[in-house]
Amino acid sequence: MRFMVLVKASEDSEAGIMPTEEQLADMGKFNEEMVKAGVMLAGEGLHPTSKGARVKFSGSERTVTDGPFTETKELIAGFWLIQVKSREEAIEWIKRCPNPGPGESEIEIRQVFEAEDFGEELTPELREQEQRIRAQAEDNESS
Amino acid sequence: MTASDAHAAVEAVWRIESARLIAALARVVREVGLAEDLAQEALVAALEQWPESGVPDNPGAWLMATAKHRGIDRMRHATMAERKHEELGRELEIDRGEVQPDIDAAIDDHIGDDLLSLIFATCHPVLPTEARVALTLRMLGGLATKDIARAFLVPESTLAQRIVRAKKALAEADLPFEVPGPDELAERLSSVLEVIYLVFNEGYSATAGDDWMRPELVQDALRLGRILAELVPDEPEVHGLVALMEIQASRLRARTGPGGEPILLLDQERARWDWVLVGRGLKALDRADALGGEPGPYALQGAIAACHARARRPQDTDWPRIATLYTSLAGLTGSPIVELNRAVALAQAFGPETGLELVDELASEPSLEDYHLLPSVRGDLLAKLGRFGEARAELERAAALTRNSQERELLFERARTLAP
Repeated sequence: MRFMVLVKASEDSEAGIMPTEEQLADMGKFNEEMVKAGVMLAGEGLHPTSKGARVKFSGSERTVTDGPFTETKELIAGFWLIQVKSREEAIEWIKRCPNPGPGESEIEIRQVFEAEDFGEELTPELREQEQRIRAQAEDNESS
Repeated sequence: MTASDAHAAVEAVWRIESARLIAALARVVREVGLAEDLAQEALVAALEQWPESGVPDNPGAWLMATAKHRGIDRMRHATMAERKHEELGRELEIDRGEVQPDIDAAIDDHIGDDLLSLIFATCHPVLPTEARVALTLRMLGGLATKDIARAFLVPESTLAQRIVRAKKALAEADLPFEVPGPDELAERLSSVLEVIYLVFNEGYSATAGDDWMRPELVQDALRLGRILAELVPDEPEVHGLVALMEIQASRLRARTGPGGEPILLLDQERARWDWVLVGRGLKALDRADALGGEPGPYALQGAIAACHARARRPQDTDWPRIATLYTSLAGLTGSPIVELNRAVALAQAFGPETGLELVDELASEPSLEDYHLLPSVRGDLLAKLGRFGEARAELERAAALTRNSQERELLFERARTLAP
C-alpha cells in the first residue's frame, strides 16, 4: 500500500527560511535510506504559500486567492510518496525521520486509495470466471 | 500498547530491519541459514517482550543484540567452530560497551556488501529456482513463510520444507559469504535478476480475484529490484529490469476490466496507467543507457515497454523502434516467441505483408508447432490483407490449440465475424 507523507509547514518554512546545512544533510541521509530500502517512490519540498494560490469553488464559480495563507499548522511544506506493506511500516519509517523543523513539527501519514479500495466484493461466480480467463492473461505477452 | 498493536509494530520493524539483520549476522557466523535462525529467534523475543516493554528506541540495534546473545547461547550449548564463537563474542563485547552509534556505523560500513552477499547467496545456482525464490522473499523481502506459501499457492508445510532444505543445501555447499568476483559476477547477477523477475511475473499474472497476497508479489519484486539497483548502481541490466518492472506495473490498473477481463495494451485507457511508475521506469532506463555498452535482454525489454509508455495515444507508438529492439532481443535470446513479437511490431510499423513474411518463416519452427498465438497472429495479418478464407482457417486452428476456453470462444468469434 501507498502512503502520502505530509510534512507540515512551520513559521520558518513559511517565512522562506531554508533548512540549515546540518538539517539538509540529515534529511538527505534519511531520504537515501528510504531509497536504498526501495520504499520511496517520490518526495519533494514545497515553496512557502506566498508563492502559491488557492482556487475556491462555489457552484460553478471559481475564485482565485493568492498566498500567503495564515493557518501555518494546516499548511504543507513537503511530501513523500512511499510504498510499504502496512500503516505500521509507514509509521516506523517516519519515526526515523529527522525533525524537519527547529522546534516542534508534525508529519501526517495518509493512505493513498488504490483500485482495490473501490472494488466490490467479488461473487464466487465472478471469481470462477476470473480463474478461467487467467491463463489468457498469462498468455497475453503484450499487456 | 495492545498485543495486536505491538504485533503489527514488530512486523513493521521486521520488514525494515530483517534483511540487514540477517546479512550482518551472516557476515559474522558465515552461514546464511544460521544467521536467519538467530534473527528469527530475535523476532520471537521481540514478539514476547515488546507488548510489555513497548518498541525500543532503536529497534534494529535491539534485534541485533538479541540475535547475537542467542548465537552465543547456542554456541555454548553446541560445539560449534571456536572461531565463530570468538568472533561473535568480540562483536558482543563491543555491543555491551557504551558506544551504540559506533556499532551502527560499523554495520553501515558493511551493510551494502552484506546485503549484496546475502542476495547472491539466496539466489545461488546450487539451489533449485523455487528455493531461490522462497529464500530471497523470506530473507530479503522480510516475508513470512505462510505469506510466501499463500502467494505461490502451495501448502505452508511444503514451503517450510523447501526453505529448510535450501538452508541445508547452502550450508553443505559451504559457500563463502561474499560478493562474487568479476569473473563470475555476470552469471551470478543474472540468476538474481531471474529470481526477481520470476517473483514479479508470478504477481503480475495474478488477477483481481486472486488472494491479495499474489498481486502483492509485484510490489515485493519491485522493492527487491529497487534495493538491488542501489546496491549495484553500475550494472545496466539491473536498471533495465527495474525499468521493465516499473513500466509493466504502471499498467496494472488498466489491464483488467470491471469484470476482471483482460484488456490488451493498445485498448487500455492510458489515463489509468500509474504515471509515477512510468516516470520511475523511464528514469531507470536512462540510468541503464547512461552506463553504456550493448543493452542486455532486460534493458531491451524495458526499452520496448518504454516505447509504449512514451506514446500518449496508441497511434503514437514508435513501432519501427519496437521492431528494431525486438531484432536485437531475438539476436540475444534466439527465442522464436520474441520473433513472433517482432513480426507483430513489423506489421504495425510497415504493414501486414512485412509481418506475414516473418510469421511464415516461423511456421516451420518446431517449438512453435502447437503454440496457438502463431496461427492467431497469422490469422489477424491475413484478415488485414483481405485473405479471409485463409484467415478463418488460421483462427480456427488457433482456437483448437488453445487450452483456455475463454480465449477459444474469442478466436471462434473472430473467425465467424470475418467478412465472407
